[in-house]
Amino acid sequence: MKHPLGVTVAALVPLTLASLMTGAASIDVFAAPSDPWAMLVLMESRLPRTLAVLLTGAALGVAGMLLQALVRNRFVGPDTVGTGESAALGLLAITLLAPAAPIWLKILTAAAAAMAGTALFVAVIRRLPPREVMLVPITGIVLAGVIGSIVTYIAWQTDLIQLITTWLMTGEFSGVIAGRYEVLWIAGAAAGLAWFAADRFAILGLGEEVATGLGLGTKGIMRLGLAVVSLVTAMVVTTVGMIPFIGLVVPNIISRIMGDNLRQSLPMVAAAGAALLMACDLIGRLVRYPFEIPVGTIMGFVGAGIFLILLYRKPAHG
Amino acid sequence: MIQLSGISHRIGGAPILNDITAELPRGKLTALIGPNGAGKSTLLRLIGRLEPLQQGSIHIDEMDLTRTPSVDLARRLAVLGQQTQIASRLRLSDLVAFGRWPHHQGRATARDRKITAEALETFGLGDLSHRFLDEVSGGQAQRAYLAMTFAQDTDWLLLDEPLNNLDMSHARGLMSRLSGLVGSAGKSVVVVVHEVNYAAAWADHIVALKDGRIAATGTPDEVLNAGTLSALYDTEIEVARHQGRPLVLHH
Repeated sequence: MKHPLGVTVAALVPLTLASLMTGAASIDVFAAPSDPWAMLVLMESRLPRTLAVLLTGAALGVAGMLLQALVRNRFVGPDTVGTGESAALGLLAITLLAPAAPIWLKILTAAAAAMAGTALFVAVIRRLPPREVMLVPITGIVLAGVIGSIVTYIAWQTDLIQLITTWLMTGEFSGVIAGRYEVLWIAGAAAGLAWFAADRFAILGLGEEVATGLGLGTKGIMRLGLAVVSLVTAMVVTTVGMIPFIGLVVPNIISRIMGDNLRQSLPMVAAAGAALLMACDLIGRLVRYPFEIPVGTIMGFVGAGIFLILLYRKPAHG
Repeated sequence: MIQLSGISHRIGGAPILNDITAELPRGKLTALIGPNGAGKSTLLRLIGRLEPLQQGSIHIDEMDLTRTPSVDLARRLAVLGQQTQIASRLRLSDLVAFGRWPHHQGRATARDRKITAEALETFGLGDLSHRFLDEVSGGQAQRAYLAMTFAQDTDWLLLDEPLNNLDMSHARGLMSRLSGLVGSAGKSVVVVVHEVNYAAAWADHIVALKDGRIAATGTPDEVLNAGTLSALYDTEIEVARHQGRPLVLHH
């Protein structure tokens, strides 16, 4: 592939159109300008859902790439290191302590908790022997499990299990309508802003020594990276739930093809994340039409398959 | 001149450096030598602010190391530690180009690109520049890191065992290039070397460390003699002369 970004963006167009045309209501989206009913379905349901999928896929892909650069390990994603569980813990805490808090405060709390959880993960793995590559993802899974069980325990004690299942269970987009997905724009914006610091993240990916030698304040970049990863994950978890594998698989594929010059590869990661999630969401909506299979389930199948292929295939020489 | 005053350092309670006071001269190739665990790398890493200074002070020319912003230091001093970590997947050309980062902060000029290309050429990486760092040999990766450090184009160059992974011809080429930088471009270079003969052949100034203290300093002729070296390494060592410089016989 000579122009991977071009190919991916070209693939996104039909996927997006297909998403706009797919749904339980039988309408002709192309007649929307003259048909108020079709227009209503398009603007209230189809378009928000499509945008939500695009934003989520792109932002999670970027968050995964950043996380992998920050911890210098290819086998982690925002969904495997406890970031999402921490966001849920924060949201649960503010729901219990200040149920009347405005929505922006709840979002902020979720993001702050996600950041604290991810920072805890980074602090723990710093103490691991650097050559033990596999201990890093294992630590993440253990940490995620511990935080997740704390959330479940508190929710169980306070009769809030129903509330947390929407965050901790497999994510899906069927509930997305206008007015219920907009915070995902924050996730998209955070991922977009990360591009401006792409060189810094790439240099930090070379290790703290090289970064220090080049005069970069490594702590600042680490914090910025954690903030983006946490913001993206918190927004996604609280609106559509956990979406597995996107943040793990997409950065791996793109790194194989394009390497880790993030200034070049982050747009590609975003496009590929959006395309993959959109494709999986479409499969989920079409397999048992008009019923749906959650995109998280589809993504689990597809993502696990891709990941296994990646593990067994040597990277292509560039 | 790098002025080291009263530097002591501990790692996990174990003393590594004890009250080091020394001067590293400007415009010279200085070699840090000594047995394993003498504290050579730690001292170099302290000067390159890769480790936080615990006790004592370091002045690089007029700059106080702990008070100078890291980015300002990066324009005056380049430091390359030993590359023990897992490689990132960057193209060699991208890696070397990052050597210019302290000067342009992301907006590379034609001059930055020219210096990057020259550094790649200098280290014989022209044909490999599109390869990924995790797909080249250890020696090639080491040369790429060195090229990045050269591209940084600083007054001071600190290298921790730069000859690691390099074959005889590349090792000799590197020492000759460092010597050239000192002679023609007026740069100052500090290297940690394991093989004493590279110091004997190329260094202008030698600092010998043992057990975290300075055992000897001076020109190669002053330091590299049988008595000093035998005591330094606790081994019987003979020193001959070859082309007007000491040649250490230790096999």
